[in-house]
Amino acid sequence: MLKLSRIPASAAIGIILTAAFVFAAVFAPWIAPYGEGQIVGSLWQPSSAAHWLGTDNLGRDLLSRMIYGARTTLLIAALATALSFSMGSILGFTAAVVGGWIDQVMSRLVDLLMSIPTLIFALVVLSVLPANTLTLILVMGVLDSTRVYRLARAVAVDINVMDFVEAAKLRGEGRGWIIFREILPNALSPLVAELGLRFIFAVLFLSALSFLGLGVQPPEADWGGMVKENKEGIVFGIPAALIPAAAIALLAISVNLVADWILNRTTDLKGGRGNG
Amino acid sequence: MSAPVLKLVAQRVGLGLLLLLAVSVLIFTGTQLLPGDVAQAILGQSATPQALENLRRDLGLNDPAYIRYLNWLGGVLTGDLGVALSNGQDIATQLGKRLGNTLFLASVAAVVSVPLSILLGLLAVRYRNRWPDKLISGTTLISISLPEFFIGYLLIYFVAVQLGWFPSVSTVYESMSFGERLAAVALPAATLTLVVLAHMMRMTRAAILNVMQSAYIETAELKGLSQFDIIRKHAFPNAVAPIVNVVMLNLAYLVVGVVVVEVIFVYPGMGQYLVDHVSKRDVPVVQACGLIFAAVYISLNIIADVVAIVANPRLRHPK
Amino acid sequence: MAKTAREVKDGGLLLDVRDLKIEATIYPPGEDPRQVTIVDGVSLQLKRGKVLGLIGESGAGKSTIGLASMGYGRGGVRITGGEVIVNGRDILKGGIAGLRKLRGREVCYVAQSAAAAFNPAHQLMDQVVEAAVRHGTLTRAEAAKRAVELFKKLGLPNPETIGKRYPHQVSGGQLQRVMTAMALCSDPDLIVFDEPTTALDVTTQIDVLAAIKDAIRDFGVAALYITHDLAVVAQVSDEIMVLRHGKMVEHGETEQIIHHPRQDYTKALVSVRSIVHEEKKPSPEPLLKVDSITAAYGGTAGVKVLKNVSVELHPGQTLAVVGESGSGKSTLARVITGLLPPIEGSVRFAGRTLSRALAQRTKDDLRELQMIYQMADVAMNPRQTVATIIGRPLEFYFGMRGAERDRRVVELLDEIEMGAKFLDRYPAELSGGQKQRVCIARALAAKPKLIICDEVTSALDPLVADGILKLLLNLQKIENVAYLFITHDLATVKAIADSIAVMYRGEVVRYGSKSTVLAPPFDAYTDLLLSSVPAMEIGWLENAIKGRRMQSAGN
Repeated sequence: MLKLSRIPASAAIGIILTAAFVFAAVFAPWIAPYGEGQIVGSLWQPSSAAHWLGTDNLGRDLLSRMIYGARTTLLIAALATALSFSMGSILGFTAAVVGGWIDQVMSRLVDLLMSIPTLIFALVVLSVLPANTLTLILVMGVLDSTRVYRLARAVAVDINVMDFVEAAKLRGEGRGWIIFREILPNALSPLVAELGLRFIFAVLFLSALSFLGLGVQPPEADWGGMVKENKEGIVFGIPAALIPAAAIALLAISVNLVADWILNRTTDLKGGRGNG
Repeated sequence: MSAPVLKLVAQRVGLGLLLLLAVSVLIFTGTQLLPGDVAQAILGQSATPQALENLRRDLGLNDPAYIRYLNWLGGVLTGDLGVALSNGQDIATQLGKRLGNTLFLASVAAVVSVPLSILLGLLAVRYRNRWPDKLISGTTLISISLPEFFIGYLLIYFVAVQLGWFPSVSTVYESMSFGERLAAVALPAATLTLVVLAHMMRMTRAAILNVMQSAYIETAELKGLSQFDIIRKHAFPNAVAPIVNVVMLNLAYLVVGVVVVEVIFVYPGMGQYLVDHVSKRDVPVVQACGLIFAAVYISLNIIADVVAIVANPRLRHPK
Repeated sequence: MAKTAREVKDGGLLLDVRDLKIEATIYPPGEDPRQVTIVDGVSLQLKRGKVLGLIGESGAGKSTIGLASMGYGRGGVRITGGEVIVNGRDILKGGIAGLRKLRGREVCYVAQSAAAAFNPAHQLMDQVVEAAVRHGTLTRAEAAKRAVELFKKLGLPNPETIGKRYPHQVSGGQLQRVMTAMALCSDPDLIVFDEPTTALDVTTQIDVLAAIKDAIRDFGVAALYITHDLAVVAQVSDEIMVLRHGKMVEHGETEQIIHHPRQDYTKALVSVRSIVHEEKKPSPEPLLKVDSITAAYGGTAGVKVLKNVSVELHPGQTLAVVGESGSGKSTLARVITGLLPPIEGSVRFAGRTLSRALAQRTKDDLRELQMIYQMADVAMNPRQTVATIIGRPLEFYFGMRGAERDRRVVELLDEIEMGAKFLDRYPAELSGGQKQRVCIARALAAKPKLIICDEVTSALDPLVADGILKLLLNLQKIENVAYLFITHDLATVKAIADSIAVMYRGEVVRYGSKSTVLAPPFDAYTDLLLSSVPAMEIGWLENAIKGRRMQSAGN
């Protein structure tokens, strides 16, 4: 059983911060003091009692935009991760267990996709596709699924050749039992840790695209886009753009701390107890 | 070099070229996903059908896709990258200068980050599990979580705006001296360095540790050799290939990181050129830039593999 | 040589270890790091030119003691107490500079896996002469000359040119000799041999063993010879020290340890594999009939690993399939189980012909033919408890559920002498022997007629392996199950087989009842194999080498 006292401080901080971000994202309309696009004053006001983080380039409340931004950023990143993860792991497991030409074709295709830097390929595709949220999720999800595919396939191939899987095959077990009862429980922990890393990647990737003006389109608030909106202020000594940038960093670090902890707990194939 | 090694290297390079060809197909297909068509995009909604038809003919849009691909590929191979839709300028001339700028920035970052990360990687191994190692590992976790623009704007905010040491916008022009250029790219190069440093350091550390934990290092130790001799004669020859591999992979990463950094510092390189034309939906420019970025990326990966092949004694001295 | 002058001091005492204590910090995942004691209060003395054998199971601390004589702790192991005196000075007090002068000059090391211990980037000669040249004992040219002589002495082929080769270009048995040459090259006073023949095939092992023994004698060097095999150490040592859990159990002359052991543990080690098994007579109808099987990996065009193999096995009996690595014995198991469909031939089992491929076999075919693996760790799903592991065949084949299944699982646990308290354990929480027992119970749960045992004892310590063999024989009496027992170890074969098939390069070279196979006249390969199994008697090695008719494969 997992004991709370066993969680190291770094992981605890990661869990608490991640939870806080998720909370802000889910309850944004209730906790944000002002509306997402509501203009409340003149532009780039410093922080005050009324506007804790000041106002942005159009005079909107920065804190409210941050909270709504959390919602957009986390939601799109989570959906893209869900897509990349389910697609990558299902195809990866299938390739490993079925093998043969299916494995060959899929693996070569993934090699090809991975030979182009993700950002570059995304830019190429986004130059012709309509700029909307669905496109973003699909492009990010499909491109990132290649990495999940590689990991899932590698993990499953390693487990598939173990004697206990052979023993199950000799017993006459069906493919369902072998995938879900023999392979999956042993592949779960590296995949869960990977889930965290993929999510971070999705957040950073989405933010980069929005920052380049190719992701979430204004006036909707998302953190990468907010950096872009407020970047002109930096040269005048107005740090508004640094706040959403720091939020991205903080979210990524928090999730990383959690993923790192999960990975460290499970790097051994000891299995069984205490490895949740 | 013996015949089998040459054969393997030739195979790897050949495979790389084949991959590049496949990538060109992929990039071309990627830009054919457009729901409308290019002529419409150029002339806008109000264009007459006759004008559209004329433009389509001029651009060869009525040909089947594979003919258009072969025309494009033929052009690329002869150095003709076509004309930008948005302003009618020749892409190859435009790209030439910008590619030079981008490579200059990337090289400056590489010259700083490669030796620095190898040095820090060695330090981490030397003081393994002690505080320098833990500090280095800890910063890695943070550093891979930081978006490029966070580092970039932090540097602009503190170093350029508050301290005024370097310009916040990296303008370069042809009459600049080398020193002036260096000063102009100082901040973007620093950003890139910070982006790849931790990653490269961690991978270097792993590569060296892997070698240092080999049984043959223990053998050397049990021969009574000095620490210096062990590293020079026994660790170094085996660690070179993995370290070169790490460096190449990170240089490839750096070339991509350049895109965002150029936008942050308004640096007239290829990355910014690409991003500008993606917003303008200028397909020929995007295709050309995409292909060049992919080519650089794939070449660096090939070099990494070739070094690994050449450095492997099993392949150099077959049974 | 300078050695004679040194011999005068100390009455010939070379190594004097006093009250040695060695500790290590281990980092169990998810728990706090803790200190463990690996070696506790061991003392030993070694005179010049003498050989001391250190013997014990895994975890006895024997390698750690060997390395401590060079002041070296592997992987975070620390020498925390006692003295190690070599040539009259305490090496633990001289600091790292003192140790560097000692290592590679006065004391040299021969590792278990020479393949890993040589640097892949350098030619063998450069590595062999390195220590002698570095320490200034010899010039490079002198050292190279001496190395060639040593290569000759150790029976390496092409001694003049083998030094030009790279480690991966030389076979395992030869590398082990080159490593011995490397240790001898700097003319040390003491060599630590750390399981130098364990990783080799039996027929190669004895050649290397003989070469090492000759070299030790002719060069007058002292040695610590570390191994888990008492019969091996008896061939080379003057004295033997038995270790267990980091403590000394018994120490004496080789003759005394082998013939008059005093401690119970030593007695058990000496009498290991002395199981007496009456050979059973064949029944009228064999249970398993393997008929002219030819098999290859990679389709019909692939390399043939089995050529025209035919054997029979009778109900309730044991057929031992013996051979070295690459003989095709494990492939035979894969063909019988259906994992590798043969190109030609058929397998008849319990009166019916089995389908060639696994997918076409009936549930009864699968149930009646079970398998036990060499590595019990990886043969069980680490995420399942013992109850699930043993219970699954009951569910799968007999549809047993709930209390009925649990009751049967407990019965099976009792049969393997473990009991109900292990129900909720995970494989990681069992010892090596217990893991293998659970695998046996899992096979028995299916009520099989035949169990294929693939090297099931070779990863275990001798005493544990003995327990497993006894259990298997016992279960055979109760359940009347037949075993196809695959092994490279002839001692195991003698202990349990009713009939024997000797395999060599994919063919059965000798086959029959145990008494006929093990009685002369022998064919050349069986003779080699039989003569290569170390016997627990002094002088066996010399007789074995003298009597051989065939060169071993590793040469």
